[in-house]
Amino acid sequence: MATVGSVASVAFKQQYIPAAKRGPITRLLEDERRLAFCLMLPTVVLLGLFIAYPFFNGILLAVTDTRVGVPGHFVGMDNFVKIWNDDIFHVAVWNTCLYTFVTTVFKLALGLSLALLLNRHFRGKAFIRAFILLPFIIPTVLSTFAWKWMFDPTFSVLNWMLFHAGIIHTRINWLGDPVMAMVSVIIVNVWRGVPFYAISLLAGLQTISPELHEAAAIDGARAWARFRHVTWPLLLPVTLVIVLFSVIQTFADFQLVYVLTGGGPANATQLFATYAYQLGIGTGLLSQGAAISLAIFPILLLVVIVQLVYIRRTETL
Amino acid sequence: MIEGAPWRRWVFFYVPVTAFVVSLLFPFYWMVITTIRPDSELYRPWSAPNYAPFWTTHPTLEHVHDLLSETLFSTWMWNTMLISLAATAISLFCGLLAGYALSRLKFPFAGSIGTAIFITYLVPQTLLFIPLADIIRNFRLGDSPWALILTYPTFLIPFCTWLLMGYFKSIPKELEECARIDGAPRWKAMVYIIFPVAIPGILSAGIFAFTLSWNEFIYALVFLSSPEQKTVPVGVTSELVRGDVFFWGELMAGALLGSIPVAFVYSFFVEYYVSGITGSVKG
Repeated sequence: MATVGSVASVAFKQQYIPAAKRGPITRLLEDERRLAFCLMLPTVVLLGLFIAYPFFNGILLAVTDTRVGVPGHFVGMDNFVKIWNDDIFHVAVWNTCLYTFVTTVFKLALGLSLALLLNRHFRGKAFIRAFILLPFIIPTVLSTFAWKWMFDPTFSVLNWMLFHAGIIHTRINWLGDPVMAMVSVIIVNVWRGVPFYAISLLAGLQTISPELHEAAAIDGARAWARFRHVTWPLLLPVTLVIVLFSVIQTFADFQLVYVLTGGGPANATQLFATYAYQLGIGTGLLSQGAAISLAIFPILLLVVIVQLVYIRRTETL
Repeated sequence: MIEGAPWRRWVFFYVPVTAFVVSLLFPFYWMVITTIRPDSELYRPWSAPNYAPFWTTHPTLEHVHDLLSETLFSTWMWNTMLISLAATAISLFCGLLAGYALSRLKFPFAGSIGTAIFITYLVPQTLLFIPLADIIRNFRLGDSPWALILTYPTFLIPFCTWLLMGYFKSIPKELEECARIDGAPRWKAMVYIIFPVAIPGILSAGIFAFTLSWNEFIYALVFLSSPEQKTVPVGVTSELVRGDVFFWGELMAGALLGSIPVAFVYSFFVEYYVSGITGSVKG
């Protein structure tokens, strides 16, 4: 249908526009396929050159024993066997999963609460909404330095506040203690992520018609029942997409941990990306670093599949 | 619109909102207060009796002055600005064309190319930085702004394309058809009729892309090595920390000044930025 239509319109037009008025390029671009090819070209070239090519290069790198400045030889699955038996890698896998899971739970819970709070009309709403997004837009590295300074063992303002509130009696060694270091990294990630969740969920909440709430209220549903049976089911599709996005970002997180702890103390906060960086760039074991980076890929694939299946499903509905 | 008794309003609204706002903004307050605090007060242990954390009696601009005169901070600002603007421009250009093609034109493999772009949207930078560093070296782009200007679009283009695709779909087809019936060639209808209508979408995508480029860290860390080529996040991380010694006053001044361009752009276009965020997850 569409092609017939476009052919007809081209034919139609050519009766009115003298062909001589149109340059050869314009005439070439009148063809839908040729125009599409030209429009897609820059994107496909850039993404091919700097995403697809490095991806395959990464796989090739991971099956050799390349180091910085030393061309490698094919070693098969050696690098993967090596990292499979590497204790630090095990720690990094565990840390990454823990970090992703805990931060996602907190970001979702706090983000949803904040979104529900802001989903009303009150004075200064636009103002508050603009301000709470700041943690998300300020460059992560820079705001993480502010946190690092707040966590400083000797000068920590957090210790001062907790001490004077009577919650602690001795100092907390935020970044020096293995458990507290993980807690600190999680706090900063949640702090940075909550605004993103809140604003995205708020946008989702605003698409829910207030009439549904009114109808439920007339039927006698209390606030919790209204949330559970009206808001939550309608919000679920948006929530799922937000969580999937955030899980990928968190799973592959680098800059926050790099600045705050550098993966330490004693690998207590080592993640996939920080370990890949440490081996690949720090020590120069390019191929092992590439192998560790590639270990992010299965989880990415999983999320992409869920995402695609989900999008197909909503599109057919 | 907050109903109920006053105590309910306080418990269920004012107190939690205040708690959220204070905890989300406190680190920025801390950046400011650290920047203007003299060193003698700055390095006073928290357990000291005269530790006054929330204000200072002797505000000073010494740290800002040191940062601007003794480090390459202003060079890093220019580098970051140049790289972010160039990467944003490239990404918007590519994203506009690709978004238009994917939402309006019928061509072979349109569906699979769309899916592929969506997948690249999800690829984190940390997956590819090691092989990419190798490629940058082979292309002889290492340690130059071009390394970043050409690689940042890899995570910006998919986002821009996705957002603008959604935007183009919301523009009625009839608008373009009218122009075409009047004799406008396809590309002119696209450039003169559709693109101007899409300006709000372009602004959202552009602002979002700009803040993402300003924020990027790992590519800049790996691809650049000489101090005068660095971007703000990398420069602050590597040049204001000497071994174990952190120059906290200068660091916080750098964090504050380095955030200003992003905050400035953001403050003017909050609504566009918010629609960028929501557009980015809407799919």
